[in-house]
Amino acid sequence: MISKRSAGLAGLALVGALALTSCAANEGAADPGSTTGTGSEGGSLSGDLVGAGASSQGSAQEAWIAAFQGANPDVTVTYDPSGSGAGREAFLEGGVNFAGSDRAFDDEEIAAGGWAACAPDTDIVELPLYISPIAVIFNLEGVDTLNLDAATIAGIFAGTIANWNDPAIAALNEGVTLPDLAITPVHRSDDSGTTENFTDYLASAAPEVWTYEPDGVWPIESGEAAQGTTGVVDAVSGGNGTIGYADASRAGDLGTVAVQVGEEFVSYSPEAAAAIVDASPRVEGRSEGDIAIEIERTTQEAGVYPIVLVSYLIGCQEYQDAEVGALVKGYFSYIASEEGQQEAASSAGSAPISETLRGDIEAAIELIK
Amino acid sequence: MASAAVPIRAKQRPGDRVFSGSALAAGSTILILLAAVAIFLIAQGIPGVLAQPGDTVILGEKNFWDYVAPLAFGTLWAAALALLMATPLAIGIALFISHYAPRRLAQTLGYIIDLLAAVPSVVFGLWGGLVLAPLVRPAYAWLAENASWFPLFAGQASATGRTILTAAIVLAVMILPIMTAICREVFLQTPRLHEEAALALGSTRWEMIRMAVLPFGRAGIVSAAMLGLGRALGETMAVAMVLSPAAVISFIVIGSTNPNTIAANIALSFPEAFGTGVNVLIATGLVLFVVTFAVNAVARYVVNRRKEFSGAN
Repeated sequence: MISKRSAGLAGLALVGALALTSCAANEGAADPGSTTGTGSEGGSLSGDLVGAGASSQGSAQEAWIAAFQGANPDVTVTYDPSGSGAGREAFLEGGVNFAGSDRAFDDEEIAAGGWAACAPDTDIVELPLYISPIAVIFNLEGVDTLNLDAATIAGIFAGTIANWNDPAIAALNEGVTLPDLAITPVHRSDDSGTTENFTDYLASAAPEVWTYEPDGVWPIESGEAAQGTTGVVDAVSGGNGTIGYADASRAGDLGTVAVQVGEEFVSYSPEAAAAIVDASPRVEGRSEGDIAIEIERTTQEAGVYPIVLVSYLIGCQEYQDAEVGALVKGYFSYIASEEGQQEAASSAGSAPISETLRGDIEAAIELIK
Repeated sequence: MASAAVPIRAKQRPGDRVFSGSALAAGSTILILLAAVAIFLIAQGIPGVLAQPGDTVILGEKNFWDYVAPLAFGTLWAAALALLMATPLAIGIALFISHYAPRRLAQTLGYIIDLLAAVPSVVFGLWGGLVLAPLVRPAYAWLAENASWFPLFAGQASATGRTILTAAIVLAVMILPIMTAICREVFLQTPRLHEEAALALGSTRWEMIRMAVLPFGRAGIVSAAMLGLGRALGETMAVAMVLSPAAVISFIVIGSTNPNTIAANIALSFPEAFGTGVNVLIATGLVLFVVTFAVNAVARYVVNRRKEFSGAN
């Protein structure tokens, strides 16, 4: 008996030790100091910079922080991916120097003001620096790409189009053999900006089919649900006749949908995704430096991919502490730079912003002090 | 027996005082911790319980009780299914180890079962989502086709296999080691004389187990089940990674829309929650706390009531 127990204990200890060492190994690999990169400010900055917000930016922020700290060894940047809402709230209360958010502050919040981190009566800057295309992915034997319009996509996800051989799908895909197979839509089971942007697309591009409000939580009880981008991709890959939506960078070998915009069908690509921001109007009545975009999901412009997630970096125009202002300015400049955008593209699969937008954003960053 | 006897006081040595003192401290720490958790849950949860529909995005158009009802149901349903599968299996494994297997094999088997307990739940979650779900999918499709008259298998089968039954299987595997270990220990405690008496009366090995081992171990089996149930009720990661959840109360175990569990829902919703939403989630945690407490209390009551008839004495 005793020997059996102690054998069990020894086994436990062994496994525990293994788990611990593997943890340590991971942390070593993720050590930001080990990554080399170049920032734009040439290492003259020092201090601590604290940010929080959207988890969608999480992996991009990690890459930006690693590269920025590599170029500015005296700077420590932290970003807590606690969620957009939490990030905005923390920024409002002055708990963080900058926020990441999957939506800009709305007009009421701007009017209420009271930014605790900023100098009194100053405005904020909101910069759409993280653009991530959302791919509609599916797993259907023998089919790699499908042409769908907004109404059909909405019908599929709302459950009104339930079979792959539905005439609505067939009409858009001449020459493609569609099986007699039930469609299983897969959505996110967690609260996410991806879902919010996807439902926003469905609600604005197909309002007669998708009658629900845009929301980070999937609004209806239909289809499958899975946790996180990886969960959705796994569920779609593991199923048969499944369709879902996920960050385009994770689409892998799955079939993807080309979305109808105007007369043509557009597959996602970084350029097409970045183009939507240029094709969309700004929110009116905002101060200089507040580049809040009203994404025009119904755009008819050629070569624009309308299902994107646009995430903002939010800071003050004038900080109470000028040193913090300089840090934010340096960090945001790096992110807006071509290198910064490339860094995010390679590590998080985002779409680099266009040159036009970069010009506007750089002008806005100049306002920060 | 004489009440007037003068109590004899043993001399207190420093070791006695230190040991009784530290034992007392350890005992009260657990109570203080429990109280601290309860106070935290209540203080932070009350604003969530009182939240009105529309106060926070998490609740949507529902009030708190409508929000938590499917979650509480899902928690109990998944745990019950897991227990239903794990209990007979655990008893079987334990009996095999304690009474059937050759000594060497029994030791190895016991060791392997203990190892299973050391596997973290994320690993079970990964396995459940990536391996088990696609594996059971054809079985679900078959059930939906041929056994849909049975209410649990009604409707269309899930195309990915991520159903509450899959989650329950993962949970069952997870609670198996602790249940097996306890059952095994209890069965080994069966008085030798009881067993030998049964055999001497001419009973076969199975009859001996039925007459001597199982009655003696009944209380132990129930407490093993309760420990397993406790783990199943609170299991978070594995369920969050395997289950395809929706806010429904449904007994169907092979469909796409399954009730979520409280713990998994907290894990899924907490990262993006803020303001009153956080309070709502903590309040659901309070509900889980109460449910777990209630289940344990009932189990304890059952065990205590049956103790006298267990045949163990």
